[in-house]
Amino acid sequence: MPRLFPRRRTHTFPGWVFILPSLVLVALIGLPLVALVWRSIDRDFFTYSLSAAALNALKLSLLTSIISVGLALLTGTPLAYLLAHWKFPGKSLVELLVDLPVVLPPSVAGIALLMAFGRMGIFGPWLNALGITIPFTTAAVILAQTFVAAPFLVRSARIGFAAIEPQQQEAARIEGASEWQVFRHIMFPLAGQAILTGGILAWTRALGEFGATLLFAGNLEGKTQTMPLAIYIGFEQNTHIALVLSVVLLAVSLALLALLRKFEAQNQPGA
Amino acid sequence: MKRFALVILIIVALLAACGPAATPTVAPTSLPPTETAVPPTATPAPRTLTVFAAASLTGAFQEIGKDFEAANPGVTVALNFAGSQALRTQIEQGAAVDVFASADHKNMDTLVSENLVPSGYQDFATNLLVVILPPGNPANLQALRDLAKPGLKLVLADASVPAGNYSRQILDNMSKDPAFGADFGKKVLANVVSNETDVKSVVSKVDLGEADAGIVYVTDASAAPDLKTIPIPANFNVIAKYPLAALVKAPNADLAAAFVAYVLSPDGQAVLKKWGFSPAGQ
Repeated sequence: MPRLFPRRRTHTFPGWVFILPSLVLVALIGLPLVALVWRSIDRDFFTYSLSAAALNALKLSLLTSIISVGLALLTGTPLAYLLAHWKFPGKSLVELLVDLPVVLPPSVAGIALLMAFGRMGIFGPWLNALGITIPFTTAAVILAQTFVAAPFLVRSARIGFAAIEPQQQEAARIEGASEWQVFRHIMFPLAGQAILTGGILAWTRALGEFGATLLFAGNLEGKTQTMPLAIYIGFEQNTHIALVLSVVLLAVSLALLALLRKFEAQNQPGA
Repeated sequence: MKRFALVILIIVALLAACGPAATPTVAPTSLPPTETAVPPTATPAPRTLTVFAAASLTGAFQEIGKDFEAANPGVTVALNFAGSQALRTQIEQGAAVDVFASADHKNMDTLVSENLVPSGYQDFATNLLVVILPPGNPANLQALRDLAKPGLKLVLADASVPAGNYSRQILDNMSKDPAFGADFGKKVLANVVSNETDVKSVVSKVDLGEADAGIVYVTDASAAPDLKTIPIPANFNVIAKYPLAALVKAPNADLAAAFVAYVLSPDGQAVLKKWGFSPAGQ
């Protein structure tokens, strides 16, 4: 590990050239969060955090984000496997498409979802014929979350699958293993770390989803009003409710990040 | 050495960027490029007047803003439209605003009690509410009583939004009429599929055909002519009173006063009338 001022007597950069900008960024990220906690913790903290609206929002957020991550795992893991180990026409296009929600503003995702799966969307008439209406339902919340969160899982899992030495699959195939057996017994366990990391990242992203949900699913307590929506609405009624809900969400996000760190540390004991 | 200078430059830029106090949600001012020499003319220095206005005022205030700019060379009117409750919150959090136009008295009174707006503000317009239906009327709504039809997808503004508050008052008024029944309001509210954060979002959801009906201002309905409407009779309807005021800490107090006067002047009132608003009376 380098020391704080590694070569201070030579004519290179003094340490503060690195320290000063770093401090600016750390302060920019840290100060608002400290202020948030500072301002929210007082006599009314539990009154608000345990209010029916807050608990409904928390319950809905946890339920929908867990289902969204489940969907992402079920569909994203096979896709990541295909992208890492198969060659097929249009592969780079699929890669680009799956990465797109990471950079796309969520409001764009919300409008796009409405245009596709809304009642008047392109697939609306078919869904209507089956008696399915998606907007303004909890299903819409899950679709919006999966749309924005699954790419994080695919990215991470793809890197995990790609990092596996090809010899290991070759050896298994020579032994007569089928593609499914190779995946199930070799690839999945070896990439498990990356899949898990991606899953947790996707989970945090799903928990934080706001823009696409508001546009595609609307805002109704107990049905589509997740934590971020409750915070937004709460901010305009009573800043204190919004503050307290924000701290609750901050705590949940921190717990997930800590979990992520723990899994990462397990694989790299030296780090 | 050159690299060192660059690093310093970046740090200075960073520090400069976080130096001045944050001014949230104020539209960027368009300053003339500093490289070109500005010829000495009679045009006054460019100034920006920041106006926060209720979402329902979007069309009318955009036009009034342009007229005000034309009448005051060098002045840019930066408009921020949202639910009045959202704007009130932003003002409370220290947004540098010159003029606030609210869709109700409640949010304005809150600011008065916080000494952010002087007492004795004036109403400049009134509005009424109406039921809107998407083109094609998919749920086949024929009359107000159909709002209680089970399974209808109704979108309202959130109760914290003035329009949402008025909508609920109207439902209360209707519930008092035996023709609708005491549980009418309850049945209608059970059909609500979303509480939107401003009235324009209600219009969008209905206009897209995702909702079967919504309750908005008559001015919103006339701004979206492909929507069908069901009028709400005067005995149930609520008259939404729109007040406006220059803020106590308005950065451009003189311009703020001039803008308020302009909105109240015959020219400003004519624009509001054109967009469907009624005069405030006294």
